Amino acid sequence: MNFDPTVFWQALTSDTFRQGAITAIALTVVAQLTAVVIGLVLAVMRGSGNRLLRGISWTYVWIFRAIPTLVQLLFVWNALPQLFPSLVESWFSPFLAAWLALSINEGAYMAEIVRSGLLAIDEGQQLAARALGMTPLSVFRRVVLPQVIRVIIPPTANEFITMLKITSLASAISLQELLTYTQQSISITFRFAEYYAAAAIYYLVIVSVFMAFQAWLERRFLWSSQRGGGERRFVTALRGMGAR
Amino acid sequence: MTDHKPLLDPALLGAEVVEPVSTVASGPLLEAVDIRKRYGRNEVLRGVSFGVERGDVKAVLGPSGSGKSTLLRCLALLEPIDSGQVRLEGRTVGVRSSGRAARLPERELAHQRRDIGMVFQRFNLFPHLTALGNVMLGLTEVRGRSKAEAAQVAGDMLERVGLGARVRFYPSELSGGQQQRVAIARALVMNPKVMLFDEPTSALDPELVGEVLAVMEELAREGMTMVVVTHEIGFAKRVASRVIMMDEGEIVEDGTPTEFFGSPRHERTRRFLEAVH
Ligand SMILES: Nc1ncnc2c1ncn2[C@@H]1O[C@H](COP(=O)(O)OP(=O)(O)O)[C@@H](O)[C@H]1O
Ligand SMILES: [Mg+2]
Repeated sequence: MNFDPTVFWQALTSDTFRQGAITAIALTVVAQLTAVVIGLVLAVMRGSGNRLLRGISWTYVWIFRAIPTLVQLLFVWNALPQLFPSLVESWFSPFLAAWLALSINEGAYMAEIVRSGLLAIDEGQQLAARALGMTPLSVFRRVVLPQVIRVIIPPTANEFITMLKITSLASAISLQELLTYTQQSISITFRFAEYYAAAAIYYLVIVSVFMAFQAWLERRFLWSSQRGGGERRFVTALRGMGAR
Repeated sequence: MTDHKPLLDPALLGAEVVEPVSTVASGPLLEAVDIRKRYGRNEVLRGVSFGVERGDVKAVLGPSGSGKSTLLRCLALLEPIDSGQVRLEGRTVGVRSSGRAARLPERELAHQRRDIGMVFQRFNLFPHLTALGNVMLGLTEVRGRSKAEAAQVAGDMLERVGLGARVRFYPSELSGGQQQRVAIARALVMNPKVMLFDEPTSALDPELVGEVLAVMEELAREGMTMVVVTHEIGFAKRVASRVIMMDEGEIVEDGTPTEFFGSPRHERTRRFLEAVH
């Protein structure tokens, strides 16, 4: 077998790979969080009594779920500056373009996830909150939202992981993320296995940290008096991960 | 109950000084005037009228599907009515006071609901909050109390319904009877003028019914105005000042417990009482 451990190790510990990983993580987090907010707004619009709002929400999900992510990415990076010349400026970076495209795209998926979360909540919850004299906003914030969050943690964590992998598409718009660096290194050295393996290790580690975070979050939303203060800690969740 | 502190304590609840009865408009505290309500083609309430005097307990009996829950939801302003009125202390609530009778926007309805407490058949406690959190929520969100103040008042109320040792427990960790007592405390702590109970013991195991009825009886003794939908004949006989029989969206009988159970005038009441006995 022709696998050079030193090349692999160099790639793994190189500054460029670390830089690429940091960019990938940053893009994943900001794009996914933005998508959660977009999804929340769309899901609430979808459930509202207003036909126009429902229609807008439905149309958004229809369009952005149908068009391939890569097409949306290329559109935002290449076509938008043509349509809006003010975007030709240097501040419209590949990172910004990727953030915009990926969160708009993912927002459509999150809308469906949040919508099913809203449907999962017992109607009696809102009835009881309204009977107390709580205003609609208060009912949503204090009663509906916490319960929706609990329901959507597992599917959203899944989306986070998918998002991390989708960020590699941004190499197509010259964003300097993990896959871009990998391919640049390969084009110089022609060592495929070593560099792909190093990139794979990075993805594995990042996903593992996401999973630990998910375990910690789920524990926070257990709603049990048995959940001691120590159990809330991130490290404990990390340790508990293997046991799940 | 473990202690003898009253459930209703104006000082603790921060109630406004109770007005002398003479200054309050005479007549029922809560009144339903010819309430009609349909779901699609299904006419669920066909002109329901009755009044509850201050301090009275009205028991509502009737077969399943007769519209009892719908009636309570309408009285609690949780559901719009097609026609008729809900009056609280002589004032029509739920609609604009001037001009055409249009339903108030949800925000304004919320304000009026503070005076009406409701307890549900399936408790409807908030699963993400502890017993204390459940009772505190209305105080912080609706009454604008500080967290510390709310915790104090809510803790005290839970103590009164015999759950002082359970304040930190989540609903999933409580028995049905305990959950329903938390639900009663949650409504009571808002200091409502009237309490509506929708079959509060129907979802409970038989051995847990007593503890909930005990709290309700105590509440009645202390003068709370109550409307109680129930199948507990014993409770109705003991506690109610008047008993109503509902059937197919209408009130078919309305009398004192003695009249109602002793010599029901209506054939449908007689048949119903035979069935539940
Ligand atoms: N939200 C609703 N939508 C449509 N129909 C309803 C709704 N709530 C109640 N109903 C109907 O109204 C009738 C009376 O129901 P309900 O008030 O729950 O009766 P009860 O509490 O006396 O058993 C039933 O036929 C029921 O199917
Ligand atoms: Mg019912």
